[in-house]
Amino acid sequence: MDQTVINIIFVGGSFALYIGIAIWARAGSTSDFYAAGRGVHPITNGMATAADWMSAASFISMAGLIAFTGYDNSTYLMGWTGGYVLLALLLAPYLRKFGKYTVSEFIGDRFYSPTARLVAVICLIIASLTYVIGQMTGVGVAFGRFLEVDSTTGLLLGAVIVFAYAVFGGMKGVTYTQVAQYVVLIFAYTIPAVFISLQLTGNPIPGLGLFGEHQASGEPLLQRLDQIVTDLGFNEYTAHNGDTFNMLLFTLSLMIGTAGLPHVIMRFFTVPRVADARWSAGWALVFIALLYLTAPAVGAMARLNITELFWPNGTDGEAVAIETIENDPAYDWMPTWQQTGLLGWEDKNGDGRIQYYNDASEGMQARAAEAGWSGNELTNFNNDILVLANPEIANLPGWVIGLVAAGGIAAALSTAAGLLLAISSAVSHDLIKGRFAPNISEKGELLSARIAMAVAIAVATYLGLNPPGFAAQTVALAFGLAAASIFPVLMMGIFSTTINNRGAVAGMLSGLIVTLVYIFLHKGWFFIPDTNSFTDADPLLYTIKSTSFGAVGAVINFAVAYFVSKSTGPVPQDIRELVESVRVPRGAGTAQSH
Amino acid sequence: MVDHTQHSSARGSTRVTTDGKAYWKANVRLIIISLIIWAIVSFGFGILLRPLVSGIGVGGSDLGFWFAQQGSILVFLVLIFFYAWRMNSLDRKFGVDEE
Repeated sequence: MDQTVINIIFVGGSFALYIGIAIWARAGSTSDFYAAGRGVHPITNGMATAADWMSAASFISMAGLIAFTGYDNSTYLMGWTGGYVLLALLLAPYLRKFGKYTVSEFIGDRFYSPTARLVAVICLIIASLTYVIGQMTGVGVAFGRFLEVDSTTGLLLGAVIVFAYAVFGGMKGVTYTQVAQYVVLIFAYTIPAVFISLQLTGNPIPGLGLFGEHQASGEPLLQRLDQIVTDLGFNEYTAHNGDTFNMLLFTLSLMIGTAGLPHVIMRFFTVPRVADARWSAGWALVFIALLYLTAPAVGAMARLNITELFWPNGTDGEAVAIETIENDPAYDWMPTWQQTGLLGWEDKNGDGRIQYYNDASEGMQARAAEAGWSGNELTNFNNDILVLANPEIANLPGWVIGLVAAGGIAAALSTAAGLLLAISSAVSHDLIKGRFAPNISEKGELLSARIAMAVAIAVATYLGLNPPGFAAQTVALAFGLAAASIFPVLMMGIFSTTINNRGAVAGMLSGLIVTLVYIFLHKGWFFIPDTNSFTDADPLLYTIKSTSFGAVGAVINFAVAYFVSKSTGPVPQDIRELVESVRVPRGAGTAQSH
Repeated sequence: MVDHTQHSSARGSTRVTTDGKAYWKANVRLIIISLIIWAIVSFGFGILLRPLVSGIGVGGSDLGFWFAQQGSILVFLVLIFFYAWRMNSLDRKFGVDEE
């Protein structure tokens, strides 16, 4: 059967499932729309949170980031999972106890300040909107490659599907679709990994295979990988090559940013009790860990496979011939991916072979001069194709490729829906009901939430079709803002009774502005090229890259809030009581009837 | 409103307030211990202390590499479940659990 037909069956089948769930889980009230009626089982919520959280970046990009950098990019693994510890211990149970519908509503009430709520809404919308652009373009790319439709058609199709279940189902529809999407994406990610791990190490669990024996050579897999990449002049895979301070700071920023992303936090509003919120964070990490423990194995094994494909006679033998690439079925994936513009090679020295090596390495330059090579001939290998092309690289059956197509699209769609929900509830609940029309009826608010969702989808689709040039950098922006503005103020709202309204607003604004300015100074003002004064290779402060700045922004937020609160008035008694009540689980059930 | 319901049940009993303070203190203590472990496995073994434990080999690499790519995630999981279990029993002990 033709591969495109298989892909259409898998992707079409998954879409039919999502639509079916949309019809079944319609939202009848604002409580359904914002918090799925607070009736979601903690394990179900954990699964939905995992799909909500794991985006196109986790599914498509992360293994590639690890594969081509090695140990230094373990930051993503630790950062994106360690944030759940902060979420589970510092935020989720208390925000569930508070029992409202949006993150900004907590900030507004706890700091008795409509201004604080408005600032929080602005941070939330910027962070979520920048994040959603990447998801929409991801949907377009996955469609373009797997279904051979152009990416515009693919993106519009994706938008229609999200519209169907998010507008009608709200949080309720999104929750149950995310559960289905999680199942699709986790099988899509782990099945090829299990196959590849079996091929290379004989161990069916990729995370164990990574530390197992490479059967073809009889050496430990990582030792073998270190050997062949250093043979070609690349950095040793398992070694630490970058600077330690930046690695620490980047990991911390990812952790704090993860805990401050509103679309993740609001998932914990959907469980019935405070105790469930605690369990649910654990379950979320169980489901996330299934992918995150597999990702480093996928990265290392793919790097090994790819390197060996280019050096079929060993790294000291002859490189692969172009004739082989064009005719051998094991290399079929290369011409296919070349068409997407994400993979490219060029026979620079005209010897009919493709030499893949690090031409910046001095040792290799000597060997190249001797052998008559004219530089690295694998001219383009985009990190993002690693996971998507992996089943083809490892010669896996056609249905696995179809499954990966459906998984990539599921990962992007589920995150997009969560973000759009965060945006629409902020608009309808915080702006319309909270600010402009406080007397709006339940029915009116539900309608406005649906309209806000439809508008958000339209805006996201437009931005996905016409991505601003900075789409790739916006993820750093979203994390920076979440870490510097939202996380600290939530934590202070729970753990301090002395931070007051002025302190919170000043803290949020200074964290937000300093972080924004630092990112713009390095990436260009509003990401316009050539307007930057510094680069991440040579940053303004010490070695702090703009992508690692979120943690510094958070410290500024904490410090400013503390000193401003100290020099202005005390917190009113009723707010102190509010904090005391948020700290104990008893009484959370009554929040449902508000 | 949630907080009023909450306070009407707790009002007028000093024992509850003292217990409330002890409960919160126990919670904060548990959080601090958990976060110390959280930092040791990731920032510690995974990054800073990696050279110190590099003598301990784990399948083709060393303990620090294992913590950075597998171990820290596994410890995070244990931490969250341990915290949930411990807090749920503290809730009952201090009588602040959900009915």
